Formats: sequence, structure tokens, C-alpha cells
Amino acid sequence: MAPDARATPLDSAAHGHAAALAHHFDSYEQQKESATLGMWTFLVTEILFFGGLFAAYGLYRSLYPEVFRAASHTLSIQLGTFNTVVLIASSLTMALAVRGGQTGKGKLSALFLVLTLILGSTFLVVKGFEYHEKFVEHHVPGATFHFEGPDAVHAQLFFSLYFLMTGLHALHMVVGIVLVAYVAKRAAGGAYTPENHNFLEGTGLYWHFVDLVWIFLFPLLYLIGRH
Amino acid sequence: MPAHVRPVKDYIAVFLALMAFTALTVYASFVDLGPASTFVALGIAAAKATLVILYFMHVKGSTRLVPVVILSGLFFLFILFLFLAADYGTRGWLGVPGR
Repeated sequence: MAPDARATPLDSAAHGHAAALAHHFDSYEQQKESATLGMWTFLVTEILFFGGLFAAYGLYRSLYPEVFRAASHTLSIQLGTFNTVVLIASSLTMALAVRGGQTGKGKLSALFLVLTLILGSTFLVVKGFEYHEKFVEHHVPGATFHFEGPDAVHAQLFFSLYFLMTGLHALHMVVGIVLVAYVAKRAAGGAYTPENHNFLEGTGLYWHFVDLVWIFLFPLLYLIGRH
Repeated sequence: MPAHVRPVKDYIAVFLALMAFTALTVYASFVDLGPASTFVALGIAAAKATLVILYFMHVKGSTRLVPVVILSGLFFLFILFLFLAADYGTRGWLGVPGR
């Protein structure tokens, strides 16, 4: 099949965007499948990236269960729960933004992406206040670390893991926010069509993945035996 | 129009289920379940993750290769956890000469 034979009106859209169907794909389905698989392959590497930290957490929590529990109780369960709700809500708005791409409603998609941005930024601001509190209370591992408890040395392990895990997660949020802002601009400009909204879909997959990590971080860090 | 566009009410339903699970996991942490509490918390998190993966991430309705890729990743994660546990779990079983 000659490239011209499968060209759609979208390929010559006045926006000057790249062709909706890249020349090395035979069909939109094949193009979408490749994009989805590629994104998931990346996300699998991310699962193992975070997996190392989860493994370290599991190991040290099993070795020092009591101090992990005591240290966990210094975290604000209200702020943690609030942020969980905010992040899951941002996943909903992201899913609806991708749906806007599927149905060719670029403006609606952009609106939901802006909502996602606002919710994601809210999460980071709350996280910032939580970090600030940790610095004030000297719960940041290092020379000035201070913890009221029988096993302060190993309490540092909990807080090291807390900062590493939530910090790496927050770094992913920052990357996600930049991506969502870019995609929102493109969506508003009509770049995504029902045939090809693969970049939007991939950004959605990334955003949901970051939500997934938090779904596990929240009970492991904030909810250790609160009774 | 692509073949698979999920209705908005499905997304709302998944969101409400995720909210319910969040409330449940916070509630469960205040109940004394003994050693089971960690597994309850992880079980609820796994249920939430499954909902996000299947519906928000469109794995339900995708081609079969996508879940195969995901499960292969989870399998290697399992190996990571298993070998770490096998290492630390069996340390001290045998004496080390010279120590």
C-alpha cells in the first residue's frame, strides 16, 4: 500500500502537526498497540525501580517493627489521607481527559488536564508542608536528627526510607506535571484525534502509575498499626 | 470512533470504589488486627491498584500482550522480594567459620 493511499484528511491538517499515522505503521491499531506496549515496558522498569525501595522498606520494617511503628505515628494521617484522595481524584480527571482524546473533544480534554494539574500541584504543596514539619521536628536523618524513643538509631532508617520513597514519588509527580501541562496545550490546539491520541494516552498511563505507587506508599508509611 | 470508549459513569464508579477502599484502609489501621493488619493494608492497596490498572489504564479491553508484559514485570518484582527474604530469612542458620 502506497503511503498516499492510506493518508487521511487529518494527515494534511492545517495545524502543521505530524501525520496522525506515522509512515512505518500499517494501521492506527498497530500504531496504538506499539505506543501502549512501549509505555508499559517503560512502566515495568519503573515498577522494579520503586521495587528496590519497597524491598528495602519490607526488610527493615521486618527487622525493626516497633520503631517503624513509632516513627510512622509521627506522620499526619489527615494530610496523608487528604493527599491520597487528591491523587486518586487527579487520576479520575486524567482518565476523563484521555476519554476526551478518544472522542475527539480537545477542549474538554484540556480542561480535565488543567484540573489534573491543579490536583497534582495540590498534592506537592501538601507534601511540602509535611516535609517542612519533618525539618522543624528534626526528623530528617543526619547530624541534627532527634527522635523521642528507645531506638532512635533505627528510627532514622524509617525516615530515610520515608524521604527516599516519597521524594522519588514527588520527583515523578514533577515530571508528570510538566508532561500534563505540555499535553494540555496540545489538546487545546486540537492535536489529539480519536485515531491518534497516543501521546495523551501514554501521559495518562504515566500519571496513573504515579498514583499506583502512592496507593502502596500511603498504607505502608502512614498507617502502621494506628490502634 | 474507536471501538473502545468507556462511559463516564464507569470512571465515576471506579473513583467511588477507590474512595471507599481508601476509607476502609484508614479505618482498618485503627482496628487491632494483630499481625494480619499489614496483609489487610496490602490487600486493599492491591485491590485499588487492580482497579486503576484495569479501568483507568485501559488494560481491560487491551490486547493480551499488555497484561503479559505487566505480569512479567510483577514476576521479576516477586523474584526480588523472594531472594531478599531468602537471604535475610536464612542468615544465622549456619555458623560462619572464623566469626
